[in-house]
Amino acid sequence: MIDLIYFSWIRERIGKPSESIETRAATVIELIEELKKKDIRYSEVFSDLGSFRVAINQELANFDASIIEAKEIAFFPPMTGG
Amino acid sequence: MRISVQNEFFDFSKEVENFSSKLDNVGALVTFTGIVRGQKSKTLDYMLIEHYPGMTETQIKLIVEETFKRWRICDALVIHRYGKLEPGEPIMMVATAARHRKEAFEAAEYLMDYLKSRAPFWKKEILNGEGNWVDAASVDEAALSRW
Repeated sequence: MIDLIYFSWIRERIGKPSESIETRAATVIELIEELKKKDIRYSEVFSDLGSFRVAINQELANFDASIIEAKEIAFFPPMTGG
Repeated sequence: MRISVQNEFFDFSKEVENFSSKLDNVGALVTFTGIVRGQKSKTLDYMLIEHYPGMTETQIKLIVEETFKRWRICDALVIHRYGKLEPGEPIMMVATAARHRKEAFEAAEYLMDYLKSRAPFWKKEILNGEGNWVDAASVDEAALSRW
């Protein structure tokens, strides 16, 4: 099981802050493709890869990164701290 | 080094006083404070700041550690708030102390640039009951390339 965590408008549009899923995806992009097939909310949220970022186990990652060791994957828009 | 991610209001002058009281053999102290911009009920009712508990603290620590590697600073302070903030309230502050001002200024700017685009915070502005997520500015991302 992997915990998926969503922030900001991604959380609002998916309609939940987190969920636990089973996946056979090996990389972030494979996971995204899998989620997009699940429901229209996901396909809308993840339609533009430039509009969001991903962190694996609380570390920023690329879309082609492996998720084999992932316990927690977070999706969020570019950060607006400061 | 002190890092605080908190919901509570902070008193800027007390924080600076506390930070400076622990310094020794320092010639420059630079501070920056970010404030919620806007006029109540006119341009902004309040701001909501969301963050990623756990990752936020880790990311800020990495940014501060990198600052120490790049500049000869004696100490650094980062406070960043989350939750509901009213116009005029402080959002965050950084303070850097060094022997000379150049190091202190540059370290503070570096901290600010990285906190803006690499610390997992997201701002939402609420006016007349409607919320809008603040978009990351491309100039903020571009600012990182100068370092």
